Amino acid sequence: MTNGVVTAASARRMPTRRRAAWLRTLVYHGAVGGLGFVMLYPILWLFGSSFKGPAEVWTDVMSLIPRHFSPQNYVNGWAGFGGVTFATFYKNSLIYAIVGTVGAVMSSALVAYGFARIKFVGRGFWFTCMLLTLMLPYQVVIIPQYVLFTKLHLVNTFYPLLLPRFFGMAFFIFLIMQFIRGIPKELDEAAEIDGCSQFGIFFRIILPLIRPALITATIFSFYWTWEDFLTPLVYLNEPKLYTISVALRSFADASGATDWGAIFAMSALSLVPVFVVFVVFQRYLVQGISTTGMKG
Amino acid sequence: MSRAPATTIPGEELLGSGAHAEHLASRRARARARNLAGYAFIAPWLIGFFGFTLLPMMASLYLAFTDYDILTTPRWVGLENFHRMFTQDRRYLQSVSVTLFYVAIAVPLRLAFALALAMLLNTQRRGMSVYRAAYYAPSIVAGSVAVALMWRQIFGREGVVNAVLALLGVAPVSWLGHPDFAIWTLIALAVWQFGSPMLIFLAGLRQIPAEVYEAASIDGAGPWGRFFRITLPLLSPVTFFNLVMQTITGFMVFTQAFIVTGGGPMDTTLFYALYLYRRAFESFQMGYASAMAWVLLLAVALCTALLFKTSGRWVFYEAKEGR
Repeated sequence: MTNGVVTAASARRMPTRRRAAWLRTLVYHGAVGGLGFVMLYPILWLFGSSFKGPAEVWTDVMSLIPRHFSPQNYVNGWAGFGGVTFATFYKNSLIYAIVGTVGAVMSSALVAYGFARIKFVGRGFWFTCMLLTLMLPYQVVIIPQYVLFTKLHLVNTFYPLLLPRFFGMAFFIFLIMQFIRGIPKELDEAAEIDGCSQFGIFFRIILPLIRPALITATIFSFYWTWEDFLTPLVYLNEPKLYTISVALRSFADASGATDWGAIFAMSALSLVPVFVVFVVFQRYLVQGISTTGMKG
Repeated sequence: MSRAPATTIPGEELLGSGAHAEHLASRRARARARNLAGYAFIAPWLIGFFGFTLLPMMASLYLAFTDYDILTTPRWVGLENFHRMFTQDRRYLQSVSVTLFYVAIAVPLRLAFALALAMLLNTQRRGMSVYRAAYYAPSIVAGSVAVALMWRQIFGREGVVNAVLALLGVAPVSWLGHPDFAIWTLIALAVWQFGSPMLIFLAGLRQIPAEVYEAASIDGAGPWGRFFRITLPLLSPVTFFNLVMQTITGFMVFTQAFIVTGGGPMDTTLFYALYLYRRAFESFQMGYASAMAWVLLLAVALCTALLFKTSGRWVFYEAKEGR
């Protein structure tokens, strides 16, 4: 009896309550979505402007969609400067990003296994040292490193950029370690009893299991090398060796305020690999940041 | 002396000293193998640590007390570099105050935005992953030259910001050319990129059990009460971590200042790292720049230590508090 009364009353109330919830959802999406659009606006604007004609770049500053689609900026920009085209800059950036990333991730995985799984004398001490290097300002080491590479006549080669990455990078070591710690120890203990060596355990058991961590490290490493500006700026002084980031800066200075369309086009083009990787591997990125709680 | 035999188990003596020694030896051999394997695995990092970090640091410390231009041999000058820095070099002091100002404003603002957005996105609604991606996207291109160039254009005289202001009837402002405004364009750039702390806050918020909020609601806590009494205290370890990391990176801002403003106008955006770069790689004053680098290192260490020291007062660790 009372049951029937309650259902009748709630049936009458239902539409208004559902409408309130619907309204709240609308307000929420309006606010969060609108703010998200503001956040993305500059990037969308950059890509939009890169397709605008020379006149439109200045007359229709705010618009996101060009009135006349024109690939001319890309043609002008791709020609580069000093007789070097952006094909070269792209190639240089790819060398840096790919070789540097392979070196950094492979060496970091080895080191991470050593720290996470093997109890050796002095482990705690070296681990602390490694964590401390995370806070070390790069400026403290770049000057002596530059002096060293100058004496070795390695300035204007890729070695100063690539070499340090083959010795493990603290952030990736830490990231991969966190992941290894989540793998049950019984797995490697069983393998050890079966007579597997530490290297065997690492390559046959751990390595296949830490794939997600390796992918996360790969993405971060790719971003940091692709967007790195200071190191190439210091070590690469010939246009034919420039990576995209250094080239963009020179390009902007060389063409000055005359051809912003071309600068937009090449800037946008330099961000394409970054966003492609972001869209494809977003899940790994978010996990990586949330679990290690580090900068991105 | 007399206690030693008493602790041995009677049965073990029966085993005979031969077996005991063998057991000990094999244990020692295993420990040695473990040490060997451990050092073999961390060898790449260890070599790199000595070759690319520790020795360069020592070299940098030595160079800090010299006058060195790479071409000639370093000349020992004692404390002169440091003396000059703090008493004669006005641009140095300017770079210190610019950097401190930037860190003091940009870091709290960035963290406030990150926390606000993390709380907004911490719901079960549909489409959250899309929003999360949208808010995080600016951060993945954070340090790129492309974005810095874009920023320069957006705040340029004929840029987007002035175009928007024109719609509101405001006369165009020379954002990058005015000593009062230039640094704010860089602060805006920093705040725009709150993605990583936001994701870390979001992960922290998900750790707070819903029952805690429910209990508080039953006790009559409103949304603000819940925020200040539950969210903030329970999130404080995450906030602390974000604060330390963001402060450290804040001290080292380089690319943005180099590209967007180039340190100008009138050195109002002459960041520490930028000035250091100019001394080292444009004037080739390696000794002076090394001294600057070491002051930066000490400042970062001091700042981190201070943050850790104050953390006892406001960072709440569940495990320690107990019940």
